[in-house]
Amino acid sequence: MSSSLHNGWEVVIGLEVHVQLATRSKIFSGASTATGDEPNSHASLIDLGMPGTLPVVNKEAIRNAVRFGLAINADIGRRSVFERKNYFYPDLPKGYQTTQLAEPIVGAGEVVIRLEDGTEKTVRIHHAHLEEDAGKSLHEAFSDGMGHGQTGIDLNRAGTPLIEIVSEPDMGNAEEAVAYARKLHAIVTSLGICDGDMSQGNMRFDVNISVRRPGEPLGTRTETKNLNSFRFMEKAIKLEVERQIDVLEDGGKIVQETRLYNGDTNTARSMRTKEDANDYRYFPCPDLLPVLVSEEEIGTLRAELPELPDAREARYVEQYQLSGYDAGLLSGSIATARYFEAAAEHGGDAKLAANWVMGELAAKLNSEDKDIADSPVSAEQLGQLILRLKDGTISSKIAKQVFEACWNGEGDPDAIIEAKGLKQMSDTGELEKIVDQVIADSPAQVEDYRNADDAKRKKKIGYFVGQVMKATQGKANPQQVNQLLQQKLAP
Amino acid sequence: MHDKTLTELKAGLQAKDFSARELTEHFLDRVQARDGELNSFVTVTGEQALAQADAADQAIAAGDHRLLTGLPIAHKDIFCTEGVRTSCGSRMLDNFVAPYTATAVERMAAQGAVMLGKTNMDEFAMGSSNETSFYGPVRNPWDTERVPGGSSGGAAACLAARLAPGATGTDTGGSIRQPAALNGVTGLKPTYGRVSRWGMIAFASSLDQAGPLGLSAADCALMLQAMAGHDDKDSTCLDEPVGDYLGALDQGLDGLRIGVPEEFFPDDLDGAIADNAREAMRELEKQGAKLVKVSLPSIKLSVPAYYVIAPAEASSNLSRFDGVRFGYRCEDPKDLEDLYKRSRSEGFGAEVKRRILVGTYALSAGYYDAYYKRAQRVRRLIRDDFARAFKEVDVLMGPTSPETAFKLGAKADDPVKMYMADVFTIAVNLAGLPALSMPSGFVDGLPAGTQVIGNYFQEGRILNVAHRYQMATDWHQRIPGAFQ
Repeated sequence: MSSSLHNGWEVVIGLEVHVQLATRSKIFSGASTATGDEPNSHASLIDLGMPGTLPVVNKEAIRNAVRFGLAINADIGRRSVFERKNYFYPDLPKGYQTTQLAEPIVGAGEVVIRLEDGTEKTVRIHHAHLEEDAGKSLHEAFSDGMGHGQTGIDLNRAGTPLIEIVSEPDMGNAEEAVAYARKLHAIVTSLGICDGDMSQGNMRFDVNISVRRPGEPLGTRTETKNLNSFRFMEKAIKLEVERQIDVLEDGGKIVQETRLYNGDTNTARSMRTKEDANDYRYFPCPDLLPVLVSEEEIGTLRAELPELPDAREARYVEQYQLSGYDAGLLSGSIATARYFEAAAEHGGDAKLAANWVMGELAAKLNSEDKDIADSPVSAEQLGQLILRLKDGTISSKIAKQVFEACWNGEGDPDAIIEAKGLKQMSDTGELEKIVDQVIADSPAQVEDYRNADDAKRKKKIGYFVGQVMKATQGKANPQQVNQLLQQKLAP
Repeated sequence: MHDKTLTELKAGLQAKDFSARELTEHFLDRVQARDGELNSFVTVTGEQALAQADAADQAIAAGDHRLLTGLPIAHKDIFCTEGVRTSCGSRMLDNFVAPYTATAVERMAAQGAVMLGKTNMDEFAMGSSNETSFYGPVRNPWDTERVPGGSSGGAAACLAARLAPGATGTDTGGSIRQPAALNGVTGLKPTYGRVSRWGMIAFASSLDQAGPLGLSAADCALMLQAMAGHDDKDSTCLDEPVGDYLGALDQGLDGLRIGVPEEFFPDDLDGAIADNAREAMRELEKQGAKLVKVSLPSIKLSVPAYYVIAPAEASSNLSRFDGVRFGYRCEDPKDLEDLYKRSRSEGFGAEVKRRILVGTYALSAGYYDAYYKRAQRVRRLIRDDFARAFKEVDVLMGPTSPETAFKLGAKADDPVKMYMADVFTIAVNLAGLPALSMPSGFVDGLPAGTQVIGNYFQEGRILNVAHRYQMATDWHQRIPGAFQ
């Protein structure tokens, strides 16, 4: 199952991913799913669990789940059943969560991930089911700071539709797990069924991890929660794998437990052990009829599916002649793909756009921990920059300078080039004068150049190019400079 | 006025023999004067009733006659009524003022009904004697030392005593039909999904169904006509056209095939009860019906199956009563667990706790297959039995209850004996069929009822059978001596 060993240990990882569906109303009530409003302003009688209220399923949530199932080539449950998962918690108003268990809407499917070395791997999906989210307990707002006081309950989120995607334990290390998580992110955002905002918990990842010696049965697993970025996920997995190996190598035993990861400190702590686990007493919800999805409906939804990451990747290779790896990176997130395609269109050069998006832009976003959707340089601006590169207005060195200025909010590339006088020197007469001057100022180097053979001259010309660029503050076209120098230096 | 049926009162209002206000005042006065003996009302909504009556009088003056315009109705306290306490017979909801109104109540109001108040009931509809109510037992107007049956005991008792001319109830395992039988009134449990459950506090969601209790089958038809119909707010409420119940009442019975299940006349059944039901069927035979022997072999399993399924659903339905958002909350909870434990221990009565425990057990890991799943299989067998029978016959008949009203406290210590009181009614809920109980005479001076079961959505047919029976008999017109 695992692709590589870790100090002689095989790592086994499975993911449970909660995806918040971007429907306007909740899964069983007509209340809005809007966030950021006053607590309990979107809590209807149903969300409050008022006596006598009944759920009515949101058909768009059903359709979104089916869309996801189709995207991962899964069996779609023609008949799926909502069940009640019973437990007491103050932010669970009815005392049960309505979810699916025995008959989920999405059956077995698969997702292909591509790893950094270019290899592909298939992660099997066990199933995906629909369920309602719980509310939120607000401990801090009502505390007196000494551990006393009241807990507030905000039920705005209660009843928000989720799909929980359960993978098989097919991942063997953090890289694979993150690649899988990214791929799911790309799929649901491409489908438009989730906004993918992990910082808001709109996509939540629970990672099940165990380790074993090759050939041995599966080890005891732990579940790590609260991973609200891919980076944290990677770190948390590495942390937990190390911990489990340490425990086992010290002769200890892994306790089946749920662990909470803290990204700020890169630590995790036990939240609850198996002993604390509830008996959820699942049974089919008698207030809801089984959900039936017809062949016709499935056919319609299939026909309406938007372009998915794999198809987009293939198209990038075909249409833009990108390498498979580049195409994979650019198509791996709907936001990146949209940005790239817009930049390529505006700049009229997909390869340049690809290089910039994966190079300069990615580095900058990464260093400032920004999402591409929030990039200070818009796709249109990057496109303009590419245009100026292509028509020779600026050199690639100057382009980086313009990009930097644009990132800092100094305006569009054209305006920056204009304001800073960064236009490449294209007047041959003016450039010739400077070239002549440099040659006149460097008699020894000229001598040396002329005495060298062809191969050595190629290296030695660099000195003169450097001097010209220096004198023009980088605005000269390097190719043009090279040409002029070769002519004038010829013995 | 109080000895008249809803149908007669409707005619009286239309003929302007009396006003809706006079009618409402009359019944409010009667409740005020006599309910102390019965305890059939938990809340009387006099002011609102008079306001609704005045609105009805204005409507009548304007020629706007709807199905129930100006007719006083008592609603079981299981239906949420906006701005009015809705207790469900429980301390847990003693302080609960519902923020919205149940669809069944709203539909009757839309047809001009006047709400007199909320009737007493077994706590959360769990009981067959009305002794589990937080507000104390209801007494049977035929003998106030006896129970009125349950759980819609308040509804049946107030009707029998003529404190209200019409009432609503709910029936999960016989809770409309059994009290109707024990009080000498008519009660109809419609097909599951015929009347919306929105706003009806859930006991066992897959079995609960609201229906009318009245002084005659015609009255029940009138009320059902208003209550029935699809409701977008209840996913289990079926989108079937509502029949013309009033129009179907007078149909002749010639050729009607009445199935007589042998299981409804077991060897150990009280002979007088069996004779009473047979006598009622003979009356229908006289009108041209044919009696056909049938068998429903699986219904002997209905009581055990019911006492797994109903508590299982109840254990989950009642989880929302946790002291957090509404209802009873214990004093000074130490922590969350203490809040849950004490609020629920203090807020629920013994029978409710018993059923929550039974249901929790039945759904627990390791027991689910043995209890809940097996009970669901039994449920399918019962449904199949009925389906087979309805290929041969139009309706099924038998006694509603194996006994007449028993003494208060007689079964208080023996829940299983109490559960057996529902032996003839429960299978109907498990199958989801419509059934009614009609008064069919007296055994030892106490009312006995006969049950008429129909196929799905055949409410019109069973009301027709009961109506024809009532045209030929006067059992339904008898009034307890003390409440003449």
